[in-house]
This record gives sequence, C-alpha cells and structure tokens, in this order.
Amino acid sequence: MEAFLFIPCLVEHVLPQVGEATTAVLVRAGLTPVLPKGQTCCGQFAYKRGRADLVRPLARRFVEIFQDAPVVVCPSGSCTAMVRRYPSLFAEDDPFREQAAHVAAKTFELGQFLVERLGLTDLGARWDLTAALHGSCQTTRVLGAGSATEALLAKVAGLTLVPLARPERCCGFGGAFSIDYPEASEAIVAEKIDDIVASGAEAVITAEPSCLLNIASAMAKRDLPIRALHLAEVLAGEGI
Amino acid sequence: MTKTAHDFAKASAKALGDRQSRAILHKAIGHIRVLRQRSVNAMPDFAERQARAVAVRDKTLAKLPELLEKLEASVTAVGGRVHYAETAETAATLVARILSERGAKLVVKGKSMVSEEMGLNEVLEAAGIEAVETDLGEYIIQLAGQRPSHILAPALHVSKEQVSDLFARKFGRTSTDIPEMTRIARDSLRQKFLAADAGITGCNIAIAETGTVTVLENEGNIRLSGSCPPIHIALMTLEKVVETLADAAVVLDILPPAATGQTLPVHLSFFTGARREGERDGPREMHLVILDNGRSDILADPKLRSILRCIRCGACLNVCPVYQSVGGHAYGTVYPGPMGSVISPLLKDNPGDPRQPFACTHCAACSEACPAGIDHPALLQELRRRVSETETDLPVAAFSLLARHPLLFGGAAAVGRLFDPKLREVAAVAPDAPVGRFLRCREFPGLARPFSRRFKALARRLKRLQGGRA
Repeated sequence: MEAFLFIPCLVEHVLPQVGEATTAVLVRAGLTPVLPKGQTCCGQFAYKRGRADLVRPLARRFVEIFQDAPVVVCPSGSCTAMVRRYPSLFAEDDPFREQAAHVAAKTFELGQFLVERLGLTDLGARWDLTAALHGSCQTTRVLGAGSATEALLAKVAGLTLVPLARPERCCGFGGAFSIDYPEASEAIVAEKIDDIVASGAEAVITAEPSCLLNIASAMAKRDLPIRALHLAEVLAGEGI
Repeated sequence: MTKTAHDFAKASAKALGDRQSRAILHKAIGHIRVLRQRSVNAMPDFAERQARAVAVRDKTLAKLPELLEKLEASVTAVGGRVHYAETAETAATLVARILSERGAKLVVKGKSMVSEEMGLNEVLEAAGIEAVETDLGEYIIQLAGQRPSHILAPALHVSKEQVSDLFARKFGRTSTDIPEMTRIARDSLRQKFLAADAGITGCNIAIAETGTVTVLENEGNIRLSGSCPPIHIALMTLEKVVETLADAAVVLDILPPAATGQTLPVHLSFFTGARREGERDGPREMHLVILDNGRSDILADPKLRSILRCIRCGACLNVCPVYQSVGGHAYGTVYPGPMGSVISPLLKDNPGDPRQPFACTHCAACSEACPAGIDHPALLQELRRRVSETETDLPVAAFSLLARHPLLFGGAAAVGRLFDPKLREVAAVAPDAPVGRFLRCREFPGLARPFSRRFKALARRLKRLQGGRA
C-alpha cells in the first residue's frame, strides 16, 4: 500500500533526518512512501495566532494535494491535530468542509498510524540506549496518540526507558508562544531539561518535531551530552 | 482601581527574574497537585461525579435569569435583601453605601475573589471604613500590601520565613512554627471579629430554592464573618447560583477534591437569610450582592458561555506551565492562569491585558484538569481570533502568503540557508529583538538541505535494501 507523506515545514527545512527516518519506518512496515510535491506548511502557526482566515487557503492546498491519497502519514502530532481541525475552519454549508473532513479522517500521526491502523508495535528496531520519553501535549492530550508512542518504544530492543518526574509537562514551545513570551518559554523548557537531566537518561525521545527542536536546541545551549531523538529515528534504528 | 493597560509579557519577564518567588511557587503548587491526585485517585467514580457536575452547571446556565429571580425571592423570604450590580465599580460603591448608611467603621471579610474584582477594600478605605481580611492567606497578603496570586491560596507565593518576618514587623512577635504563627494572627483577628460592625463573605454556591449562600473553607473565618457581626454582606457573581440543594451537593462533590484534594473542607457553611424572630444569634441584616461585570454578555455568547461553568477550584492554575513559571501577579488581574486568561479579558471593569489569551502554550493540561469540563484552549483560541480580527499580524500574514506558493516558500528557505551563519550573529547583536530573546536559551538550529531533495535517493536506497532482504 502507498502511504503519502505529510512532511511539516519544520521537518522539511530544519529536521530532515526525521523525514528520512519516517520514510525508513514506513518501508520497514511494508508500505511504499510517496512524497507529493508542493507541500509547505499546515498553517498551525497562523491558527495559534488566531488567524483562521490565513489558514484556510493552506487547508485548501493541503486537501488538493492529499485528496486522492489512500492514507496520509505525518511525523508530527501537532501538525496532524491541525489537519484534523481543518473541517471546523469552514462553514457548515460550505461543500469544502466535507472534503476537508474526508482528508482529515485519513491523516495520521506516525505512531498512531502504525499501532492503530496497521496493528504494528514491533518494527524490529534495536537501539542500545537509556532514554526518557517526553510526551508532547499535542500528541498525547490533543490527538490521543500517547499510548501508541509508548507501545512502539516498548518493543525497541535494547532501549531502556527511564521515567521523568513529570512526563506530561509542556516543554514551553507552543508555536508563537516562545516568540511572544520568550522568558516564560525559557523557564518552562529549563524545567523540562532539569527533569531530563535528573532522570539520568542518555537521550530524550519525543514524537513531536517542535518539542524536539525546542528541547534539543535548549540542551545544546547548555552543552549537555544528551541526545534528542524523534520517535521515527528510534524506530528506524541506528544508521538507516 | 487601576485603569492602565497591563502588559503580561513585561510583567511575566520581571516575575521570572525573581528566583526565590519561583522556588516557593514551585514547591507550593507541586504540593497541591499531589494532594489533588491523591483524592481523585481515591474516588474511582470521579469521572461520573464530574459529568454530573457539568450537567448541573449547564442546567444552571441554561436558565440563569429564572434562577436568579428565584434566588432573589427566596433570599427576600428569609429576611435578606438582594442587590444587583452591573459593574465592579457600582458593586463596590453599593457595598460602601450600605455600610456607611449604617455607620459601620470596621468590617471583617472572609475570603472573596469577587471583592477583589470589585476593588472593594480600596473603596471602603476611601469611605473611611476599615476592612480586615480574616482568611489567613488573605490576611498575610493584606498586611504585606499585596494582591492574591492564586484564586484559592492567595499567599501561595509567600514563604513561611517571609510571613515570620512580616509578623515580626507588624506584631512584634516572631516564630517560624506554623501553629504559633497562626496563633499570632488569630490573636489579632479575634478582636476584630468581636468589634466588627459588619462581615463580608464570598459565596461558592447560592441555592435558588432556599436562598442559601454556601461557602467552603478550612479556617472558620468566613463562618465567623458571616455569623458574628450584626450585618452580613455576601458577594457573588451571577453564575454562582444552582437551582436546588441537591444540585449544590453535586457541585460540592467535586469542588474540594479538585481544589485542595480534600473530600470535604473543614468548614462548610450554609447562610440562609438574617436572624429570625426568637433566634439568639446570626446577623440582624443580610445582603446579597450579585455582580455581573460582563457576565451577561458572556452568557449570551454561545462560543464563550462555557467559561461560566467555572467553580473557582484553581485546578487549571495548578497544572498550567505558564502560571507555574510566572506566578499569579504577572497576570495583573484578579483571576490568573487559564481560567483567568479566558474570563479577565471579558470583564467590563479591570479586564487586564487584551493579549492575555495568547500567553498560553496550548498544552491543554488545564482542560484535562478542569472538573467542570471547560475547554480552555478552545475558548482562548476564540478570544485570539477576536483580537486578531482587529489587527494586522505582518509576520504571520507574510508566512502564510509564502506558504501558499511552494516555489516562494522553498525560495525563502534557500535564501535563509544562504544567510544561515549570519542569522546567529543577528541574534547576537539584537538580543532584545524577538529572535534574540528566543535564542537566549537556545542554540540556533540552522536550516538544512530540504528533506524533499533527499527523498528520491533515499526511497531508491531503501527499496534496494528491502529487495535485498526479501
């Protein structure tokens, strides 16, 4: 079966390794990844600034690109959650609302797709590592895909998960929040990192690229020898 | 009452600089969270209780005008008087007038966030009436000349040592032993209870069928304020009513566990009217002031109405990463945290920073914790939409425009890659610009060669590998 890749702009331009790992994981799951042309951004940034009007044209583009896809897979909980909101951006009597609902219903976050749609938890990955899991708010609370992430990581050979004191706590990125209120954002990510350091983990794993970027760049500033990995990278195994 | 626009961004940045306050807040709030979890865990049917409470709150909102009329009739029937106030300012003036007309000079107050919303203490002071807060936390805050930082625990941001210093200055007695410190405060407050001309309390739930005002507390001070002095003035906002005693019980079922992790609070008072003939105690006069301050408009707004389900338990504050980091004062409003970020901008008097709804990471921990089933992120989103309608957001508009055209979007990224090393320098020379402030704690990640350019070769390689394996 073909799986159409929905690659968020952050992955396309800043974290391409996450896209590569996602591709590898889908191939390993027996699918043929397809990357449709013309993808840009899902519009989450504008949405969170309250500008649904600026998201609508992007939603229309998205639906055009993916309307014929058998299934759309995305390595981001928050971008998937944005696509799931697309129908609500259009009026009840707008015929486009139904089209948006059709595409939204077949768009999945990677982990949720593997576990809930394919029934796969063991992808044969091996990674000798002690790691902590950061459950991204959008992936866990908003999308409800947290248990899929956990189920997949539980089957990675060699991987030991160490608990965080507060795994559910936000990392403070929140799209425009970190730009509008950088000091508060800094304080929140600092607590997240303190928690990771205290856990004794060699790496932190998350299913959300924005959290990954936020935590990784803040750990880099502190020169911490802790890796930050996306769920897809862990599932792809070392050296794809 | 301050009328100047509050800037949350500035106030929060300042609050974050105070390491000591942050540490105190962190510890206190962590403690509350543990208590809450413990009590919710002890109630396996908490979700059902919660669903019942949500139903009661929605039923109330659906027939609010009718319930308020019923409440007024019931309160009047038991010898009380009901007053409506459109704005916070008129409410405070009304209370001051009732007190002045009766020659009151000293008022004891049980904790009431509504009175904070009214700015009542300042108005009373101007009218020559001394108002003494009697809730221990609120009393500490009043002595320190501050404002509450949490709707439930007003002195959450103050340490035991700071209270000890404050008491030493105010009373000449010092101790860091909590029972002893409580005794110091009690010695001072007991005299006030005995001498007070009137008592002012808040109201957790008002019961329409009986005209009863219900308050929950752990110290007994609200009970004394409402029963000891000859006049009792209870303050409530209009959505605090429920229809029946049974409905009140449903709300009482979830309020203490969600708030303080208790099954029931130490004191649960039901004030029903004034002293009746032949009764030996209780106030001779009872007034109920019902404040609107913008809530009728919220009720009429189907997209925002659900915020009026709020039962002021503070659960959303206790889990909010922003509140936990900046503390309640940074909000500059009576109601901080997620519930405050929704309700404050909608109030008529003292609405706070109109950009408050943007100060949220959208983590949804608040809606998960809310026992009244309020979807704060959705409400904040609606408020953001309304604020955005009135302004131009150039960076977002530009980004969206680029994103509509893949070639332009890719081109902009390519230009960005070209200047990649320079961007770090820009951040260094403009540390106060948004990018500079963003990068203060983060290493610039850099722009990579796009994934889409790598995809074809990668897919070929993977296919080959897959073929080899098969």
